[in-house]
Amino acid sequence: MKVGIIIFPGSNCDVDTIEAVEQLGAQALPLWYTEKSLKDAERLILPGGFSYGDYLRSGALAAQAPIMEAVEKAIAEDELPVLGICNGFQILCERGLLPGALRPNSSGEFRCTWEYMRITSVPRGLSGLKEGDVLRMPIAHHEGAYAVNPGQLQPLFENHQVFLQYSDEMGSVHALTNPQGSVANIAGICQGPVVGLMPHPERAMQSYFGSADGHRFLRAWLGEGSQ
Amino acid sequence: MIFEVIVNVSLKEAVLDPAGQSTGKILHNMGFGVENVRIGKQIKMNLNAENMNEAKENARQMAEKLLANPVLETYDIVVKEL
Repeated sequence: MKVGIIIFPGSNCDVDTIEAVEQLGAQALPLWYTEKSLKDAERLILPGGFSYGDYLRSGALAAQAPIMEAVEKAIAEDELPVLGICNGFQILCERGLLPGALRPNSSGEFRCTWEYMRITSVPRGLSGLKEGDVLRMPIAHHEGAYAVNPGQLQPLFENHQVFLQYSDEMGSVHALTNPQGSVANIAGICQGPVVGLMPHPERAMQSYFGSADGHRFLRAWLGEGSQ
Repeated sequence: MIFEVIVNVSLKEAVLDPAGQSTGKILHNMGFGVENVRIGKQIKMNLNAENMNEAKENARQMAEKLLANPVLETYDIVVKEL
């Protein structure tokens, strides 16, 4: 399986993401942000980083980069599975491909920590994960507090779009397990074939790095494309 | 008395604004005929002061001492009685 990985000016998790995808037996296809087509990518990852230096708002400028038109089209017409990690999640929200927005952390601090998180609902197409599973993955962001307009939260839960919530080790979600002020401890959102999360699965690929849960998550996302 | 104070801070014309330049480039790609895009900040607050003159003077000092960096930035102040 060919997994396109979009590189924007300021992406800095692209190499780790390529490595992660290849460890899982898929073929990584780096795509430059000025491309007009996604070539023969069968899936797509928008990696983490600081595209365009986080100018204006995190992800706002990358959301209008030339390649994003092709991304939007492939989602609408071919239901192309797209995964946004950290800055990639911010870009997908800014483009309107996922609901909501990421605002600055309530602490005012850049948060670089290991967090537990619970699978609240399994996004379409992910195999090998089930509701209630707890993962441990790192976060590293300044604008990671998920926010929605008033009235938008309940429909997200009702439609099973809230797939990942910061929790404790046992999977219990409460205020003390909220690292940065995300509404309802939300760490990840999905919409059709589009999945976005703030934590970094590509940084949790081996237990000796602290956790292999990112390996598990990406394997689930790749589905039959992984080995 | 309570005053609403708005301080608009902008980079001086001669100071490079990479954020404004990048934003301008994207706006241009989106088809807008823009030039010279500059990004500033607006700081809005309510201020307790005896009268309009004191409110303006406080606002000026806040801008000078903290809100704007006089080396790089200019500012303008709007004060209105609430």
